[in-house]
Amino acid sequence: MSKPAALIIGGGIAGIQAALDIADAGFKAYLVEREPSIGGRMAQLDKTFPTLDCSSCILTPKMVDVGRHSNIELMTYCEVVSVEKEEDIFRARVRQKPRYVDMDRCTGCGLCALACRRKDRILHEFDEGIAKRSSIYVPFPQAVPLKYTIDPEACLYLTRGKCGNTFLCKDACPADAIDFEQQETFVDLEVDAVIIATGFDLMDPTLKPEFGYGVYPEVMTGIQFERLSSASGPTMGKILVNGKEPKDVVFIKCVGSRDPHTGVPYCSRVCCMYTAKHAHLVRDRIPDANITVFYIDVRAFGKGYEEFYDRVKHERVRYRRGEPSEVYRRGDRLVVLAEDTMLGRPVEVEADLVVLATAVVPRGDTADVAELLGLERSPDGFFQEANVHLRPVDTVVEGIYLAGCNQSPKDIPDTVAQAKAAAASAMRVLARRRRQST
Amino acid sequence: MKTQAMTEQLELYGCIQCGKCTGGCPVARKTTLNIRSLIYYMLVEPELKVDAHEELWDCTSCFTCVERCPKDVRPAELIIALRGQLVEGGRIPETIGAALMGTFRQGNPAGMAREDRSAWTDSREVKAAQDGCDLLYYIGCTPSYDIRAQPITRALARAFTVAGLDFGTLGIEESCCGNEIRRMGEEGLFEMLVEENGEMIRAVGASRMVTVSPHCFNTFKNEYGLDGIDVLHYTQLVAALIEQGKLELANEVNKRVTYHDPCFLGKQNRVYDEPRAILQAIPGVELIEMDRNRERSLCCEGGGGRMWAEGTNLEERLAFQRVQEAADTGAEILAVACPFCLLTLEDAVKVRGLEEQLRVMDIMELVNLSLGEE
Repeated sequence: MSKPAALIIGGGIAGIQAALDIADAGFKAYLVEREPSIGGRMAQLDKTFPTLDCSSCILTPKMVDVGRHSNIELMTYCEVVSVEKEEDIFRARVRQKPRYVDMDRCTGCGLCALACRRKDRILHEFDEGIAKRSSIYVPFPQAVPLKYTIDPEACLYLTRGKCGNTFLCKDACPADAIDFEQQETFVDLEVDAVIIATGFDLMDPTLKPEFGYGVYPEVMTGIQFERLSSASGPTMGKILVNGKEPKDVVFIKCVGSRDPHTGVPYCSRVCCMYTAKHAHLVRDRIPDANITVFYIDVRAFGKGYEEFYDRVKHERVRYRRGEPSEVYRRGDRLVVLAEDTMLGRPVEVEADLVVLATAVVPRGDTADVAELLGLERSPDGFFQEANVHLRPVDTVVEGIYLAGCNQSPKDIPDTVAQAKAAAASAMRVLARRRRQST
Repeated sequence: MKTQAMTEQLELYGCIQCGKCTGGCPVARKTTLNIRSLIYYMLVEPELKVDAHEELWDCTSCFTCVERCPKDVRPAELIIALRGQLVEGGRIPETIGAALMGTFRQGNPAGMAREDRSAWTDSREVKAAQDGCDLLYYIGCTPSYDIRAQPITRALARAFTVAGLDFGTLGIEESCCGNEIRRMGEEGLFEMLVEENGEMIRAVGASRMVTVSPHCFNTFKNEYGLDGIDVLHYTQLVAALIEQGKLELANEVNKRVTYHDPCFLGKQNRVYDEPRAILQAIPGVELIEMDRNRERSLCCEGGGGRMWAEGTNLEERLAFQRVQEAADTGAEILAVACPFCLLTLEDAVKVRGLEEQLRVMDIMELVNLSLGEE
């Protein structure tokens, strides 16, 4: 009789925490992640509010634990393609996408990426497009597993059948790990419980064309700012716009959130606090910057949050009440146009950098995942919990649980709490299986 | 005035006072008009002294506030309703009164004689729509009477003829569409026009109608309830005719052109691409965009009755700013697709002494040049 096992779909902080709890309790956990590395959104963040811990410093040890836990089978660059429930057992089929790199041989040295003909030519997803990478890459230096992957959409050989006269990556690899013959494979799993931890997307900021995102390079999203301010980001944490340090920085909150027209009638819950954190980071890196935060309301409801907001205000951050209506260019600077509702009149604030706190939205493939697993969605598009008060991590399907932002927007503490709750709920099922089989 | 009934009728309770309306309001920057503050007043005070708010006449009904409100409050509708209170009490600027009276008596706000409404034809034969046609060509007041706008009207008639369309007009029976009348607060007169025009338009039996002005287009499309009739702005129809090869633009117009999005065409009805497609189809035209384009276009200040009321700050006209923005692109021609924009911007070019540099032309005037000699 096999060990009771859970399948966890999604390797962000929610999936990582759930997998660790289940594995530590002596059960088997299959952690499936579609990207080449686990880590998810939290790995992209610079600091965490309200304590200003370095996000990757607190996340990386957990990622490493996942990678070497004897009860966790980590399946990266994989996707769950089908799930059938038979009585109390879930039969899942997982597709392993070809990395074109032999995982056993690759040492993660990176010589292949340096040699790639398309080096610094491919938009770097992990850096939210503010940096470029090669066709062969690891998403970030602390990746788990630290194994290279060839992007089939970008690789010259895989897209055109030819890459010069010789494979530069293959020639550069001292471990002979590159294998263009690799094919996709399928793995069948039998598990007793499933935890969905598929995370969230961010709203396309061009849905708010008045802010000029995509028109002005000085307008960026909050997650792009995370990469810009991150010590492990492309600028080593230097906040630079067009190669220069911005002197006037404007943050705009509620971009898309609380706005039924963009399909986001709800509050995204994290923007107030991460914007306060961003304002702090600007003050930290650029002591003489003028920092303005435009807000409608400030929602600082978590443990230590109001205190953090107080602290940031004392750091000479100008909070102005009013949702900006437009951004446009004046000379080489931008102008943010808003009504300061406290003054009761329109104001123009010049800016070298404008950061948009874009709404947290359900993953684009939520409908597909819902269909795959027979789940329901709430009107906001997120997965529907069985009961918002009393069964917040359960779904309509017995044995399938929710963790993290696929149920609603959440910050890290709430995500981890829910992941632990989902793991505990799953372990009730796993413990019952163990009792039955002994 | 008691506030509660209007607050309920307009459903102002959903307002979260975010200020996005006033923040984007082009006239709030130069006058005391503050629609967010007026909404707040309506929400919390039992009474409002409407007479004290002369700045209500500053609104151009560009509807930027309505477009950007995250909570569907429709702030500009409050201004229209408050103007309605002023109209009811007869406490309105003289020029607005004259425009309303002219419309009531002669069917146009300029008060020109109804029998001159077809003067734009310059004795050309134009079929009477009342005899039946596929396409109803609704002219509108300014394109009928204003000598600066009449060339657009003629150019369109010519283009329709060249394209072989079976079109007709309502001739001197055509009346003002009422778009501006409603926005000046004269709901009663507007309803009368909707009834009369609507009846006449339906009787024609055309499956499509086209307008010269985005203002007429807006009200016919969104406020008349003309079910079964496809209401088009001319830029939509002309762009389609070019695309279908029915209108051959043979002659080169070697000009650098920038395009100003009219509020009633762009922001309010999201017609952004067709005017640009027409300009790009004219050989020789080099289209340059202003920084503020499409959704961020700056209002010319000609809508909402402002063609007949100066507002409380005549000195800093938005049109001045706009023509400067156009000139700064290096364009030789500022193209428009709205007779009000044409008149306000052309006036601004003169006042600002930019005539040597910049010429304001309607897109149809450029199309007409490209079609060559008649």
